[in-house]
Amino acid sequence: MRTPIFILVQAVIGLALYGLFIFYGNDYWFYAGYTVLQFVVLATAWNILGGYCGYVNFGSAGFFAIGAYSTVFLYTVGQQIDDVVPESLQGVMHLIFPLSLPTMIVIGGICAGLVGLGTGYLTLRLRGVFFAIATLALAVVLETLVVNWEFVGGSRGAYVIPPSKIPIFGAYIHFLFALMIVLAIVALACARLIERSRLGYGFATIRDDELAAEACGVPTLRLKLTATVLSGALMGMAGAPFPYYIGYVEPSSAFNLSYAVNSIAMPMIGGTTSWVGPLIGAILLGTLQQLATVTISSVANLLIVGLLLIGFVIVAPNGIVGLWQDWFGKKSVKSRRSET
Amino acid sequence: MTAPLLRVDRLSKRFGGFVALDDVNLDVAEGERLGLIGPNGSGKSTLVNCICGTLHNEAGTVTFAGEGINGMGAHERTRRGLARSFQLPRPFTSMSVADNIRVPLLYTVNARRGAKHLSHGELQDRCMELLTLVSLGDKAAKDPRDLTQVEMRKLELARAMATEPKLLIADEAMAGLSHSEVEDIVALLINLNGRGITIIMIEHIMRAVMSFSQRLVVLVSGKKIADGMPETVIENPEVVGAYLGT
Repeated sequence: MRTPIFILVQAVIGLALYGLFIFYGNDYWFYAGYTVLQFVVLATAWNILGGYCGYVNFGSAGFFAIGAYSTVFLYTVGQQIDDVVPESLQGVMHLIFPLSLPTMIVIGGICAGLVGLGTGYLTLRLRGVFFAIATLALAVVLETLVVNWEFVGGSRGAYVIPPSKIPIFGAYIHFLFALMIVLAIVALACARLIERSRLGYGFATIRDDELAAEACGVPTLRLKLTATVLSGALMGMAGAPFPYYIGYVEPSSAFNLSYAVNSIAMPMIGGTTSWVGPLIGAILLGTLQQLATVTISSVANLLIVGLLLIGFVIVAPNGIVGLWQDWFGKKSVKSRRSET
Repeated sequence: MTAPLLRVDRLSKRFGGFVALDDVNLDVAEGERLGLIGPNGSGKSTLVNCICGTLHNEAGTVTFAGEGINGMGAHERTRRGLARSFQLPRPFTSMSVADNIRVPLLYTVNARRGAKHLSHGELQDRCMELLTLVSLGDKAAKDPRDLTQVEMRKLELARAMATEPKLLIADEAMAGLSHSEVEDIVALLINLNGRGITIIMIEHIMRAVMSFSQRLVVLVSGKKIADGMPETVIENPEVVGAYLGT
């Protein structure tokens, strides 16, 4: 299936989902759906670096929080133009602010992408557990910075008040849900495009053997930086609408461990070698967690993720996609590539 | 006199206090078949790694096709026509055998060609052509882990060939192979040389070295101790001493 058709199919599915929620659901469905889609974006973004390139990133929460806090920053600037902006610039700033949420998402993505680039330069000579620890440390460093940055609320947190209604969509959560559908489409299309392109081959060689990749002419460092930027940017974009979703952002919610754990667990459970894997993992785990939240307690969420992860690592280390391929004798993605 | 294709000039490499290469000089002419031998730990693989950019040398220069390539990344050297095969085969295990060949075509040949890059069909044909050359045509769709040892060696050579090299360095491409398999690989390397590719063969199997090489260079403890016609070099008392430990 060609990429434009793939995007079109996804858009139709997204529209159908939106319509279903409008006609048969209530606002809770939108809140729950938003969270699941947010995990689709996060898991897909993680998989670009972790699954395709084999670099396990434990700092997803950091990139997610960069997106969230870039929104908090822009929102706060918009609220306090007369206090924080020099008088000569206030006129221009009043024309620009308040920024629309889609603009903030793009800015959040750029900020997280730039941090991804910096992280890449600093850490990509590390591999395996050392790289994972470095990314975990990045999230800790960023959280410390945010805790000590008063302008975005510091450790107290910051309120971001979404409008109660928005034209066309009605309730603001409907708008947020629609935005997350678009982000999920962008993330999945991006992952699928990578998978079927020269870049996908390059990423796979990095995962398999970097030395051999260089000997084949693959510019491994450049490709790894591309992966960290793309992955970071998508995570940042997933985090940018978060303040509007939750209304009150504090460091412990934006840098929550569950984002890092879920970003890893979802692709691992779904399968890391294909764009479908993170999608399946995110829908499965995200939905299970939502069900657990309303039937048991949100405390059970990480327990569910942990147990499923252990189970899959033992029974199906290649995830659901790998299991499917083993059971039904489907060809692997890589061998399909040579036929496309 | 024409300039050599590869010139290694006073190359030195240390690992901490250990001198792996000490002031090594080496010229390789275009179209030549050079054998590089030496006991284990003599610095052969280090020399290859320095030439190919996997390791960076502390002193000395490497010039390839008239261009200084010191400080260049390994992939840039590959794109300039310097290919290598590894001592232990390193196939991309998540890909089919054919895709292993496709990678260098995509990243080296297409990068060199720019806008005139190989089309999908041409890539497919080129993969099959190279696999057929090394008698792996019928294994194109296989997982490289299912290949035998000699087939993996051939895949290594085919992958290096896919970069369309001017110089190919075969690092112990025959280690662990049977007599007939060694002959197979030697014939393959001579065939590749016949296509205009300069080849440096690093090997311990002397009958392979002797039947392949037009010139022989011997490294011992990071120093070049002999360089010349194979028949003369193997009778050099210093070489005999290094191998027999006398």
